Amino acid sequence: MSPVLFWLFTLLMLGFATSVVVNRNPVASALSLVGAFLALAALFVGLDAYFIAVIQVLVYAGAVMVLFLFIIMLLDLKAEQRRRFNIVTLLGGSIVAAGFIAELTALLSKFQLGKRGFPTLPGAKPVDDVYQVGMTLFTTHNLPLQVTGVLILVATIGVIILSRRELK
Amino acid sequence: MSLTLNHYLFASGLLFSIGFAGVLLRRNILTIFMCLELMLNSANLSLVAFSRFNVGPEGLPNYNAQILVFFIITVAAAEVAVGLAIIVALFRARQTTHVEDISTLKF
Repeated sequence: MSPVLFWLFTLLMLGFATSVVVNRNPVASALSLVGAFLALAALFVGLDAYFIAVIQVLVYAGAVMVLFLFIIMLLDLKAEQRRRFNIVTLLGGSIVAAGFIAELTALLSKFQLGKRGFPTLPGAKPVDDVYQVGMTLFTTHNLPLQVTGVLILVATIGVIILSRRELK
Repeated sequence: MSLTLNHYLFASGLLFSIGFAGVLLRRNILTIFMCLELMLNSANLSLVAFSRFNVGPEGLPNYNAQILVFFIITVAAAEVAVGLAIIVALFRARQTTHVEDISTLKF
């Protein structure tokens, strides 16, 4: 991936992510989240992970965000009015986030392996990505795939029960 | 200057800390949920970067990491469905999505 594209999409991703946190209107937050996911999908394409990029756009930017917008519409949420700032959470959140970034910087400055560039792929440039992911998924990781199927079944049943029962 | 693995890891860490700060700072339960999605996605970015960095002997990226990303996306989709159902049930009971108004465990 050319560095210009990397910086462009990283800045887009971080900008949209910040706007998710800063916006008071939940609809604006959800749409910013779509933007962040699309920029992330572009970064995945730059890393030659075409299948993951497509899944990211279809599942995250498509299905999951439609679900979010649908729930926002169903609950009829307005932009939240300005409440009194809770100084403890504000301070705690900034300190923990800043500490995390500082620790990450210290760690990555010592991580010599990560200072190397990415190796080039010797084969044909569009790798047969879907074939490789499918082969790995259905041979090496077949059992986790089946377990994920059970998980989705349980989640579906859970959602039906949760939305049916009257909670008083 | 060429791109290195550290660029991607740092971008992923920044995305994670933005999502984490959002979870701590925001009081709207839906926005907190969106910030959780941001944190999951930052993990995906670092996994895909590691996958592309570890080119195997046959000259292909390490696809085990991409399978893990696939599973994370699947589990996150299931988690969003269940979480939003819980939020809808909570809203029906309390008529609010503000976490400071929902401070007791019992209904």
